[in-house]
Amino acid sequence: MLSLIERWLKSAALEAQEYVRLTRDALRAIVTRPYYKHDIVEQFDAIGWGSLTVVLLSGLFTGAALALQSGQTLDQFGARPVVGRLVSASMIKELGPVLTALMLTGRIGSGIAAELGSMMVTDQINALRALGTDPIRKLVVPRMLAGFLMAPVLTVISDFVGILGGWVVARFTLQVNSGLYWSSVTKGLYMEDAWMGLIKPFVFGFIIVTVACHVGLRTTGGTAGVGKSTTLSVVAGSVAVIAADFFVTQILMAVLY
Amino acid sequence: MSVDTEPNVKQILSEIGAPVIVFDHVQLAFDDKVVLRDVSFTLLKGHTKIILGASGSGKSTALKIITGLLQADAGVVWVNGQRVDELTEKQMMAVRTDLGMIFQEGALFDSLTVRENVGYKLYEETDMPIADVDRRVEEVLGFVGLGEHINKMPSELSGGQRRRVAIARAMAFKPSILLYDEATTGLDPITATTVDDEIIKLRDIERVSSIVVTHQLRDAFYVATHMAVRGPDGKVVVKPASAEKEREAEFIMLRDGLIIFEGDADALRASTDPYILQFLS
Repeated sequence: MLSLIERWLKSAALEAQEYVRLTRDALRAIVTRPYYKHDIVEQFDAIGWGSLTVVLLSGLFTGAALALQSGQTLDQFGARPVVGRLVSASMIKELGPVLTALMLTGRIGSGIAAELGSMMVTDQINALRALGTDPIRKLVVPRMLAGFLMAPVLTVISDFVGILGGWVVARFTLQVNSGLYWSSVTKGLYMEDAWMGLIKPFVFGFIIVTVACHVGLRTTGGTAGVGKSTTLSVVAGSVAVIAADFFVTQILMAVLY
Repeated sequence: MSVDTEPNVKQILSEIGAPVIVFDHVQLAFDDKVVLRDVSFTLLKGHTKIILGASGSGKSTALKIITGLLQADAGVVWVNGQRVDELTEKQMMAVRTDLGMIFQEGALFDSLTVRENVGYKLYEETDMPIADVDRRVEEVLGFVGLGEHINKMPSELSGGQRRRVAIARAMAFKPSILLYDEATTGLDPITATTVDDEIIKLRDIERVSSIVVTHQLRDAFYVATHMAVRGPDGKVVVKPASAEKEREAEFIMLRDGLIIFEGDADALRASTDPYILQFLS
């Protein structure tokens, strides 16, 4: 039993060490040449543009469901007209960043782990190294930049369509006047909320991509190993996003408010 | 010592018969599993070293140590006059410019076309003009007889064609050393012979030093006992090797991380070691 725990602790420490090493090497590679510009553009397209539909749909329906639920609760206090305030605050501070991050974990986290994992088990990563290419510069850096910079953009879009979805429900189901809804949306927003909603996705984007790259590049065991890595990337990425959300929220609350 | 700072070393290493790869008492273990117990050998310029052995005997590991993809636990490894066992990954990149490796199953990049695969290093890692790279890619694909497949994806090729593209990719940047890791495993004998012919042509026409790792005896003996010559019409012909040429191909047999045989094809055939006899039968 003790040796089992010891083995688990050792492997957890090794994973943590390798994750930190990968992140450190990637950050170093970002500020030094050479750059693979074509790959960077390709990843911005795949991670940013490619995730737009998923983010639009999830944001829209989240905002709509939030308006429905909070409308019912607010009715108990006769406060239905402030539904916009609740939707905007929830979407911008919490739901927009977290749900977008979770959707990205499912979409790009799994894709990255599967792609890099397949490259590992078929020796393509070794082939890259043998041909004189640093896989971190070629594969990790473009994905890291794209994840770090596109997650906030996608979150802002998700926030907006979420508030839009809330408006559709508020206007047509809850019968709240449009002007009232939009003024309530802006009234309920403070600059600190906007900062919180904007800073969080940078952290989430970074976590999702680095976890996926780490898991992908540690893949062993053929196609079954690729399957395991893909699952692990989504599970570890999602848990890491939710845990990071708690800690980042605490830090930002202490700093901003 | 660096090759760049020692022009004499470069000159010596460019002469036929110079030691281009030296493996000196190399050891490697993964946790409790010892892969290489104590392995020493030397590859001479323009020669072929054929490493035989059963699966898991450490053959591929030796190649990965030469290219710096794995680090040995102990021992010294010299490649082209540079001690590579103590180089960092970044420093190793310079050594790899003169080393080509053909991986098991080819390891072609599936998202790139044959052209992009073959020209990968030249397109991505050098400042060579695109037109020159394109010309070189067409030239090497012509050399391996796959010129018409240049715009295909690797998934559209057969197993043998994929291995030949892998050879073309490894030779595109004109390295002086090529390492073949089970280049013919899983191929039918006829297709395997086409791959063997490429190995022979590269050695004899392009003067490439090579290490061929395989467990397929038929291919090992074919490479050792054949030579390529350019006929008066300019065409390259593969034919049985002269006795002198045959001696340039040396066999190494690995068993449980140790070299149990080293010598030419005749010595291998004459061996009375029970394990070797079983391997040869």
